[in-house]
Amino acid sequence: MASFVLLDVGRPTEVEATVDHGGVWITAGGVDAALGWELKPEGLCRDDTCISVAGHPGFSRDGAIHLQALADLLGRPLARSVEEGVAYLGPPLDLYDQTVGVLQAPNFTLPDADGHLHSLSEHRGSKVLLAVWASW
Amino acid sequence: MVITAAVDRADDARPWIERAAPTHPSLIDEGHRLGELYNMVNVPTVVWIDEQGSIARPNDVAFTTEKGGRYAAVSTAEQMALLRSWVRGELPPKPANVLHGQVAPMSADSQIARAHFGLGLWLHQSARLDAAEQQFRIGGELAPDDFMIRRGTMRYRGSDPFGSEFREMVTEWLALGHTYYLPLPVE
Repeated sequence: MASFVLLDVGRPTEVEATVDHGGVWITAGGVDAALGWELKPEGLCRDDTCISVAGHPGFSRDGAIHLQALADLLGRPLARSVEEGVAYLGPPLDLYDQTVGVLQAPNFTLPDADGHLHSLSEHRGSKVLLAVWASW
Repeated sequence: MVITAAVDRADDARPWIERAAPTHPSLIDEGHRLGELYNMVNVPTVVWIDEQGSIARPNDVAFTTEKGGRYAAVSTAEQMALLRSWVRGELPPKPANVLHGQVAPMSADSQIARAHFGLGLWLHQSARLDAAEQQFRIGGELAPDDFMIRRGTMRYRGSDPFGSEFREMVTEWLALGHTYYLPLPVE
């Protein structure tokens, strides 16, 4: 077992993993801690939702979950660096179609330069011009 | 209500924010959350969001000056006039099918590219600069139209976002028949 960092849309959690030629295997406890998805007899579960893993024979072994199979099951984009022991899971791939695709502005929470957090949802009831810029 | 967000390191954005001294929320989006959610690939870009949280105009290049607007072949004055009439409620709502047609489809590769950016950013912040640079490069190759990745990471890579790497990148992109900014039509 080696230490591995899972970045859930940027939020890091240190988990235990094994790496072999077939990929990266994260302990089920690590997946639960990082993403809130728990491996149960009925499948991968969070809150009231369970996704069956019956059709995915390579999904788990010895209490660990195959990272790429996990990303595929959850429909999330994955980038990993085995050498650096870190992987990034982006937001679900269907989120955009379910929000911007039906003209609903997805909520976000971001800090200002002093670290105070602001959310789009605080401004419901007003027209909002979201202007995105950069110094570059 | 105006919300601005800088796709930047806080320290790079701070001098601009302090000089502008805005009264509206002025946010920092170093991790490209807005890119992931709104399929943004370049700046400057704006989104109009109405009182119900619906998108009244999908993200679209907009400058604050005519000089800036010329880079994108948009008229800043026309855009501002359009924005003012929307704010005053004088702009007839656009049919949903027209708006839907203006929403750029998001490819799986573009989101995987953003995941590589996110991985690179974490590696950079962990002072693993070579590994970070490799992830930024993979991201840029997967999504060559994502200038938030390709240009926005130049400072992390020790390159000048206004220098020769940027000019060569744009020249090569235009030579392939692409445009650097993709404005929506101003009806």
